[in-house]
Amino acid sequence: MKCQRCDKRATFHITELTGANGHKEIHLCEVCISSYLHDPASNKATSGTIQNVGPQAFKMAQTAEELAELDQKCCPVCGMAFYEFRQAGRLGCPHDYVCFERELEPLLGSIHGKTRHTGKTPRLGRVTTEAQTQLIRLRREMHEAVQCEDYERAGRLRDQIRRLEEQC
Amino acid sequence: MLQQLAGRCGPWLVGDGPESDIVVSTRIRLARNLAQFPFVRRCSPQDRAAIEKTIRDRFQNVEQLRQLIYIDVDELSDVDRQFLMERQLISRELAEGTGQRGVAIDPDERFSVMVNEEDHLRIQVMASGLNPQVAWEQINAIDDLIGQQVVYAFHRRLGYLTACPTNVGTGMRVSIMIHLPAMVMTEEIQRVFRSFQKMGLAVRGLYGEGTQPRGDFYQISNQITLGRSEKELIDQVVEVARVCIQWERRAREALLRSNDKSVQDAISRAYAILQTTHTISSEETMELLSRVRMGVSLGLIEDVPITVLNKLFIHTQPAHLQKIRGIRLDTSDRNVERASYLKEHLAKQR
Ligand SMILES: [Zn+2]
Ligand SMILES: [Zn+2]
Repeated sequence: MKCQRCDKRATFHITELTGANGHKEIHLCEVCISSYLHDPASNKATSGTIQNVGPQAFKMAQTAEELAELDQKCCPVCGMAFYEFRQAGRLGCPHDYVCFERELEPLLGSIHGKTRHTGKTPRLGRVTTEAQTQLIRLRREMHEAVQCEDYERAGRLRDQIRRLEEQC
Repeated sequence: MLQQLAGRCGPWLVGDGPESDIVVSTRIRLARNLAQFPFVRRCSPQDRAAIEKTIRDRFQNVEQLRQLIYIDVDELSDVDRQFLMERQLISRELAEGTGQRGVAIDPDERFSVMVNEEDHLRIQVMASGLNPQVAWEQINAIDDLIGQQVVYAFHRRLGYLTACPTNVGTGMRVSIMIHLPAMVMTEEIQRVFRSFQKMGLAVRGLYGEGTQPRGDFYQISNQITLGRSEKELIDQVVEVARVCIQWERRAREALLRSNDKSVQDAISRAYAILQTTHTISSEETMELLSRVRMGVSLGLIEDVPITVLNKLFIHTQPAHLQKIRGIRLDTSDRNVERASYLKEHLAKQR
């Protein structure tokens, strides 16, 4: 099912009661839900098509050029470009939270109100290591090398991956 | 395995939990990802297979996880996928997704772990009635067990990292499924909706075959996952649920007290139709079962326990009917089969 405000997949299904036994189904994606919940005025206009609200959620991008530039920014680990996130509403890898930190901050603030985790932490205090993050990058590079039929490079990467995997 | 599940029902449906005349179940899920893989949407087929293998291998190291039944969802037929979804053991997203993915199910159906859904792991615990404490203790323990076997993607400031920024932090969603037929009848439900929106909570109806909410079931869950502890998030949802319970009780009492006999009439008609009909859709079944369920809570119907009704809500859904009968059925055959199934099970009670 598609989001009623843009073309993304709707993951939020809200049943709003409209009075005398009437109810209205609202289907929104992850990005549109936050503007729906935080902007009461926009709640009136959920039917019909409204343009992609992506850019509005990133208020820091002031001009079209700035937004275009931001859109091209890529994660060095998984290779995801920022526009892909704006389109799909999903991040590519854990490192995106680090490399797009500044860009995600206003979005996290508008979704959650706060931007600091205060809940539980992993047992045994096991946190992500640099080696694990690099494994994501190396596996992607190996995959690309295989697709380009550069088997020599793919073989070197595979050995590197094996060594790192043993450390993790 | 699925065939065995078909005739039974999970303990969360038994209906012996606190407030179970109004609250059907409490569900908590945790979204978790492995640190050394990209999020699922960006995984290559090899990555997905490696994630699944890692999880299955590591589960073998722990006694409580070794006994889980692992189901390769990609290999299942459409009916079997829908069956697991109706059973609430997997999400719609996992059922309708593509690529290597699966679910590890506790033989007693108290919890399940979805693999390669939107996140690498979606751990889910179900409890009967309003039972957040038990559900949290259980899921927290399972999360710790898994967390000792794999390294989760965790960020010092942002907490557990998830594919979607709406889940980051605790990665936790607590959902309370609540039955509000009297509030729907008295139209008081609008009050609930207004207060939910102010509190940033999501409410959705439980879907039948179509997309309209059926049977007056609503799900209250938290929207926020970051910046509050698990306990704070659970407490907030529970607080709202308690207000709903109070309002629903009041609405039921008011309906009973009124001189107007239309409520009693609607309930006994619903019961009569379910016992005598020759063909019935799943939508209508849910609507009528909902009324009967309220009738039982109000003491107007005494010969059928709420457990049986809870079970019928699940067992009369399309994939369940087909699994129980052991044959594929088209919509009109299903409607006939559903009517006879209802008749059988409601008659048994007399
Ligand atoms: Zn949208
Ligand atoms: Zn990335």
